[in-house]
Amino acid sequence: MTEWLERHIPKMVLAPSFIAILVFVYGFIAWTAWVSLTRSRLLPKYEVEGLIQYERLFASPRFDTAMMNLFIFGTLFIIISMVLGLLIAILLDQKIRTEGVLRTIYLYPMALSMIVTGTAWKWIMNPGLGIEKMVRDWGFENFSFDWVIDPDMAIYAVVIAGVWQASGFVMALFLAGLRSVDGEIIKAAQVDGIPNWRIYSAIIIPSMAPIFLSAFIVLAHLAIKSFDLVIALTGGGPGYATDLPATYMYAMAFSRGDIGQAASSAMVMMAVVFAIIVPYLYSELRTKHD
Amino acid sequence: MKTSVFAAVSAIALTCAMPAVAEPQAEVLHWWTSGGEAKSVAVLQQEFADNGGTWTDMPVAGGGGDAAMTALRARVLSGNAPTAVQLKGPAIQEWYEEGVLADISSVAEAEGWADVLPASIAGHMMCEGTWCAAPVNVHRVDWIWANADVLEANGIAMPTTWDEFNAAADKLAAAGITPLAHGGQAWQDATVFEAVALGILGADGFKKAFVDLDMDTLKSDGMVAVFDQMRKMRGYVDDNFSGRDWNLATAMVMNGEAAFQIMGDWAKGEFLAAGKAPGEDFLCASVPGDGFLYNVDSFAMFNVDGDDKKAGQDLLSKLIVGQNFQKVFNLNKGSIPARVDVALDDFDSCAHLSAKDMNESSDNGSLLPSYAHGMALRGAQSGAITDVVTAHFNSDMSSADAVNMLADAVANSM
Repeated sequence: MTEWLERHIPKMVLAPSFIAILVFVYGFIAWTAWVSLTRSRLLPKYEVEGLIQYERLFASPRFDTAMMNLFIFGTLFIIISMVLGLLIAILLDQKIRTEGVLRTIYLYPMALSMIVTGTAWKWIMNPGLGIEKMVRDWGFENFSFDWVIDPDMAIYAVVIAGVWQASGFVMALFLAGLRSVDGEIIKAAQVDGIPNWRIYSAIIIPSMAPIFLSAFIVLAHLAIKSFDLVIALTGGGPGYATDLPATYMYAMAFSRGDIGQAASSAMVMMAVVFAIIVPYLYSELRTKHD
Repeated sequence: MKTSVFAAVSAIALTCAMPAVAEPQAEVLHWWTSGGEAKSVAVLQQEFADNGGTWTDMPVAGGGGDAAMTALRARVLSGNAPTAVQLKGPAIQEWYEEGVLADISSVAEAEGWADVLPASIAGHMMCEGTWCAAPVNVHRVDWIWANADVLEANGIAMPTTWDEFNAAADKLAAAGITPLAHGGQAWQDATVFEAVALGILGADGFKKAFVDLDMDTLKSDGMVAVFDQMRKMRGYVDDNFSGRDWNLATAMVMNGEAAFQIMGDWAKGEFLAAGKAPGEDFLCASVPGDGFLYNVDSFAMFNVDGDDKKAGQDLLSKLIVGQNFQKVFNLNKGSIPARVDVALDDFDSCAHLSAKDMNESSDNGSLLPSYAHGMALRGAQSGAITDVVTAHFNSDMSSADAVNMLADAVANSM
């Protein structure tokens, strides 16, 4: 009896969550895929009509803008957050006295919701209220910082707010990584008279490769599902200049009664996520088999 | 006291085993939750209770009704629709096509709605020949509001053509006043756009373009001229307009920072709440051009089970279109009654102008639905047009490109 229990309890305990994930994640993905092949408007319909929604999606200039924005935002957000996070981590790693306080200060933005970040930066970057007005009041009449209302630059304003929020978290990841490097190797290098920057670039950073990967995955999924930041900061505007696929999907599903279109854009978003996650999973699983 | 009487009555009805007269029940889904609007709903609620009904309030705020529509979708899909829902424009027919709306023709015919509602507004309340919704009010969208002192100080009269408007705006800009108070949100861009379109295309052209979606009109030279005027309007707006809420733009007119605002008559509520008097502190006029763009709020009745709920629908429909509610509600909301036989003595001069224009335009066929406020087209089509309008307004796109994009977007949204 105990032997039977020992063998089956893990399965029984896992079963509910397994079923829940099967239905609520994979089941609903399948449902969305189906609906994306129909002409659903206000309520979902189930007669398959082919790829019409995808044709409409790729003919829509607004979705083009949304995908382009995702690319710009995703790339810059990930790269700048990683570089800044690594830089701050290395500086904090110099055994300075107030490290605890500084680390907390940098990490705190992560505790805020994206809505708060977006609203605060909306005011900070508003030309009539924020930085531009402040610098002009100091006497620099020609100073201009109006990215948030410039359709060509607004997406970069979103990047600024996103980086501000996420780089502290990346710093914490990297700081933990820096601390986990074997002190003996570093001491040996120092004994050999190797300069500090060389120790970082040739020993410490290469040995942190898994941390880079984790940071990348966390940031990438933050970027792809970004929604609240854009809604709070620009509302997708000016015009639809800062639309992302997630805000596009929301507009189609909830404002316009065009569920088929929303489902097809959701499928495209999922394809983007898979394009990033699948290679990662593949490499993870392969190393375990070795 | 009242409940005990009802209890006694229903007890007697039960003991006699007679078919009891059902007590009217209504569960009402709406998104009127802000100050003046909530007060307006309370009027209806009170009247419903006075007539022996039980009102279950279901207010869902957020997203200009998006949140309420999501709630409605969930309720309908689970087979438990609310009794009455705040719905408007073609969305009524869209829900009708899903087969979930109830028929309230018996009330409408008994009350003679067809005689008291303007024909084009009545049209929105009908689903394939039967009445399926009750209109609450008529907001006029194509208003231009102005600060009286600013106009006087600069020697400007209320413009009656777009050329006059442009001349006035240039003069104001030279005097250092923002000519047009505007908030850079897509629906506000669309509101200005349709006002300009009505003036330049005329009532017929507007109807062809934004009701019938006639491709030739959408691609016509007139539409190019509309976008040209929109480009000029962009120049009359201050630099800091992005994302500004409409009531903040109204405040700019109020305190003299800006001269004009193009906005529906809910802006009047802001002026009145600040203690400004129409005709003295602020002026109202229809935008240059003939016609009347309306935004009519209404309640659609959904299919429900049970005599008490059906009785509730009948009572609610009757009260909504009743003279008393139409008057009290619209005094609170800033709009005008949908029925034309309500005495307007207590209303202000802007409402009088609105009512007079509505009757005239109803007679000559220029009483038209607002596209920007979801009265003329379904969500997918009006959204597609708004995308182009707001993209053009917020960039340096040429008018010719905008017209081509407009035609493509409309075709793609079908």
